[in-house]
Amino acid sequence: MRHEHIEVNSGLMIALVLAVISIGGLVEIVPLFYINETIEKVDGVRPYTPLELRGRDIYVREGCYLCHSQMVRPFRDEWLRYGHYSLAAESKYDHPFQWGSKRTGPDLARVGNKYSDQWQVQHLLKPTSVVPESIMPNYPWLLHNDLSYADVGDRMRALRRTGVPYSLTQAEYEANVKTFGKDVADKLDISQAQDNLLKQARGRNYDGLPNRITEMDALVAYLQVLGTMVDFSKYDEGYFAEFR
Amino acid sequence: MSNTTTNPQKPTAVQTTGHAWDGDLQEFNNPLPRWWLWAFYATVVFAIGYWFVYPAWPVGGSWTKGFASATFSVGGKEQTMRWNTRSELLQDLDSGAGAVRQREYLQKIASADLEQVRQDPKMQDFVRQAGKVLFGTNCAACHGSGGQGVIGQFPALNDDDWLWGGTVDDIRRTLIGGRNGFMPAFREALTPAQADDVAQYVLTLSGIVQPDEAAERGKAIFHGSVGGCYYCHGDAGKGIKSMGAANLSDKIWTLVDVNATATVADKHALVRSVIWNGVQNRRQMPAFGHRLSDAEIKLLAFYVHQLGGGQ
Repeated sequence: MRHEHIEVNSGLMIALVLAVISIGGLVEIVPLFYINETIEKVDGVRPYTPLELRGRDIYVREGCYLCHSQMVRPFRDEWLRYGHYSLAAESKYDHPFQWGSKRTGPDLARVGNKYSDQWQVQHLLKPTSVVPESIMPNYPWLLHNDLSYADVGDRMRALRRTGVPYSLTQAEYEANVKTFGKDVADKLDISQAQDNLLKQARGRNYDGLPNRITEMDALVAYLQVLGTMVDFSKYDEGYFAEFR
Repeated sequence: MSNTTTNPQKPTAVQTTGHAWDGDLQEFNNPLPRWWLWAFYATVVFAIGYWFVYPAWPVGGSWTKGFASATFSVGGKEQTMRWNTRSELLQDLDSGAGAVRQREYLQKIASADLEQVRQDPKMQDFVRQAGKVLFGTNCAACHGSGGQGVIGQFPALNDDDWLWGGTVDDIRRTLIGGRNGFMPAFREALTPAQADDVAQYVLTLSGIVQPDEAAERGKAIFHGSVGGCYYCHGDAGKGIKSMGAANLSDKIWTLVDVNATATVADKHALVRSVIWNGVQNRRQMPAFGHRLSDAEIKLLAFYVHQLGGGQ
């Protein structure tokens, strides 16, 4: 094929340019799918409960990822500020993952249980009321909007298609009992999704409004679980380094 | 297209690519500058070296791991393993210059008591500076960057009024285990008139109003079995730190901003609202025992202690 031939056929040129520039990405990404140790073997990571899942959706809807990353990198300064670096295993059920690439605000990968529910609510309503220096916008509608959860089962079904082990059949449920234990397996059961969502929201009353289930309940439930699933005290410091 | 490969205007000059547009528009075919070319070859050689030293090529279900290594200690035992960003981090945490310098001070803090810190200006500097950073990451979001707090939500740490105790050990306990402040809602136990009386009595404790008949009635409820306020707030209303109960006999208010109101009626209404509604799920402090090391917690306790009024 003569070079001139390529230069005068823009369609062919585009195809070949795409092929060439995709090589850089492909050689970095493709091996991760078949290298055995990409995802660390670690206990505790489970898919989100229905309420947390709705919170995750609200997190995406509000574009939190545009200012907040969820990826603690393996550097000493990040270790000191945020805690243990993020593991691949910790976002294996995230579709899409919320790693982000911009830190206008702090990283949120380990924000779970760092602040009280009350602080999260107050801070989301009006960040400057607790952190005067903050430039984060107010999100007052989170407390105003009732949470729509009628479709939470469908949302779980969609994620099930991507490989997240939410269960539809008895066999899937039993497999979950084996992997996660009965408590967690019950929460991953799609047929009980709405009951589980209401039970969790009423049980802890994240938003401080006992009579309502708001979007705030869901978002705070999600934030409070971030980075808390793995008990790092159970592992030797060097263990996770073996996977890289 | 022209077939000439030399510049028609200057036949002896550099070659062109052979293309010509609009009759005479041509493209030079200059050789790359020597320095650039050699730099390029150098990066190629560097890359080959890099493949051997660092993790590089995927091979089947694994990859080439490279010769480089990182050394760090795990549980007091020195361990050397292949280089990757994680083992390098462990080495940096273990023997990096910053980590070593910091550890030296943290170890001093871990074994020091309050008096020793106070007498050593260098340690004081460390407490103020490293403590400020830790406070900024972990505490300032609620308690404010200067420990000023938010009335009604997060207690101020820069005064000498403490709900859960203000000694270094008290502060450490609070940090490690967290706290959950609670006061029952007395609308369950008192009539509206009784609540009025108790509020009046509470205001006499700090001298905002003079004792009167209503306050006398309130006093009986406060110290009796109907109200039972003294269980937590103590006989003199000075608070009991093991309960996180507030001192009612001073002029510092942590739940309602009594000092900001002008009239006694307003102050009374605020105090009464606390008695009536109690405090549930709004005085929760998370536990930091899992998040921070013992030395960091002690450092933070020293820092908070010197913010204003440590005991």
